[in-house]
Amino acid sequence: MAEITTEEQPTRAEARRMRRFDNPWRNPKLIWGAGLLLGIVALGLIGRVLWDPDLVFTGSSMLRLPPVGFENMRGQAGTLANPLGTDGAGRDVLALLIIGAPNSLFVGVLASLIGMSIGIFLGFTAGFVGGRVDDVIRVLSDVMITIPPLLILVVFQSAFGDVSLTMMAVLIAGFVWQSPTRLIRAQVLSMREAGYVQMARLSGASTMHIMFREMLPNLVPYLFGSFIANVTTSIVTAVGLEVLGLGPQRVPTLGRTIYEAINAGALIQNLWWWWAIPTLLLAVMFIGLLLINLGLDEVSNPRLRKL
Amino acid sequence: MGRIPRAYIFNRLVTLLLTVWIAATLIWIIPRLSPVDPAEIMLGRMTAGAGTVANSEAILATLQERFGLNDPMIVQYVKYLRNVVQFDFGLSTASFPTPVATMIGNALPWTVGLMLVSIVITFIIGNLLGALMVWDHSPKLVRVAIPAAMVFTSIPPILSGLLLMWIFAANMQWFPLTGAYGLFVEPGWTWAFVQSVIYHGFLPALSIVVVSFGFWALGMRGLMITVQGEDYTKLAEAKGLRPRYILYRYMIRNAILPQITAFALKIGLLIAGQVLVERIFAYNGMGKLLYDAILDQDFPVIQGVSYVIILMTALSVFLVDLIYPLIDPRIRHEAR
Repeated sequence: MAEITTEEQPTRAEARRMRRFDNPWRNPKLIWGAGLLLGIVALGLIGRVLWDPDLVFTGSSMLRLPPVGFENMRGQAGTLANPLGTDGAGRDVLALLIIGAPNSLFVGVLASLIGMSIGIFLGFTAGFVGGRVDDVIRVLSDVMITIPPLLILVVFQSAFGDVSLTMMAVLIAGFVWQSPTRLIRAQVLSMREAGYVQMARLSGASTMHIMFREMLPNLVPYLFGSFIANVTTSIVTAVGLEVLGLGPQRVPTLGRTIYEAINAGALIQNLWWWWAIPTLLLAVMFIGLLLINLGLDEVSNPRLRKL
Repeated sequence: MGRIPRAYIFNRLVTLLLTVWIAATLIWIIPRLSPVDPAEIMLGRMTAGAGTVANSEAILATLQERFGLNDPMIVQYVKYLRNVVQFDFGLSTASFPTPVATMIGNALPWTVGLMLVSIVITFIIGNLLGALMVWDHSPKLVRVAIPAAMVFTSIPPILSGLLLMWIFAANMQWFPLTGAYGLFVEPGWTWAFVQSVIYHGFLPALSIVVVSFGFWALGMRGLMITVQGEDYTKLAEAKGLRPRYILYRYMIRNAILPQITAFALKIGLLIAGQVLVERIFAYNGMGKLLYDAILDQDFPVIQGVSYVIILMTALSVFLVDLIYPLIDPRIRHEAR
């Protein structure tokens, strides 16, 4: 970067460049991660318009066709009618992705949003009210953080059978509120004594005002990081349920596609496109979420930026 | 040693018991809220097997009696809690009349063995690589290659398991596709058996390691950056100590402690993830048992497996919490 002395005003271009470098939100990881996720959302939105969503129905195409440019074990070549091939029940893999990927994201985001709201509410309550209430909330979150959600959900769904996507998200939300609760409780406790909060209190601001107008904005990077981490956890849990054959039975999801592929012996029969393409898409989704989280870490902790 | 206050231990113990109690209660309540009746499922299985069943009414009544479904709810609950403490989960409905405890007893060593091996390897590799990423003297390759490998962190082990299985078992046939040991190997403490177990366990363990070491590396990197700026590191450098000595004795030693807390929090996820890995590799552990039980709607087994895994998770977290203050003298014991 050019040396700028105090006498010289930086040119407009230089100033713009410096602002860019100083803006932590212009973080390459953050941008890449958001780009990957937006790509998946776009696949779901634009895909529905450009591609026929009815191809997710059983028997809408020939069975076990390979992607374009490949040949399956019966010697059939892939066709443009099903560019990513078809599964064992004649469903188009591209259509499965277009319908299934947004479903996975939806479950993750909804579960995380609900968990986040519970977490914000309980965290502030615990930090502000203190005493017995704090004890109960803290012990409950300590307890719930140990219980693996997947197992309780397995018990639930094998007892109740089919669930909807929304229901699954609500159930998962019951297990992702602990980390925001802890995070906010700890921050509230330390910020309660901070100068600006005391100032606000002295100037007669209400508790609600202090909590949501003074304290909450400071927590935004942490909360957003916690939100993204919870989206990942929720999707992993949902996919886990689906791969065990639980989860929604009537809506196509990426996890259920993988479950059906494993059950039909797709690995041994080398029908790789059936399970590998949904797997890769899920991997892209997770990588995108990870990059966003890493980017956010760098935004809120400048020490990490040097690498 | 011996510096852990009683109150701290007591506090952790209460959390442990609460965790297990709440989990056990959830596992008990949920099936009871559902319209599915285990006795009817069993009768249905009999009918499907034999075509028709005589006296189905009487059998249903007997089964309901056998499962204790006629008692008042509170009696059932107390009986359940008493049984759970004694690891008595009743009899499997799918492979009646095998006790669930026996089936779990057979599956548990496989899960614990695979888990210990993969968790220990993951923790060591991850932390070492994370430290090397920050260390000024590590080879350039390390600093470039590890961040690149980091993208795997976010992928759950079940996906890596599928990919590894496809590449190394289905295509290259270097490793077996499924199972925990060879078909023609007699289980026992023979070299052939041990060899077979290692050979079969390699891919499941690898699929956990490749996706989880990055998590530790990432955490370690953040901690090492903090330690690097500390005065004692600068002092050690000024004293002219060998860089390698500083890395191990000063930097890693001080940075690794929060990782152990992270470890306790991560155990639950690791175990749940491993259950799925076992399912796709048809590995003879708790994961396969759980999956088969889901297919057969074998409720006692589903409950038993879930309970034991939750118990294992809670116990591991408890142990890590107890060990932590022993290795980190800086920790304050808050007896709250």
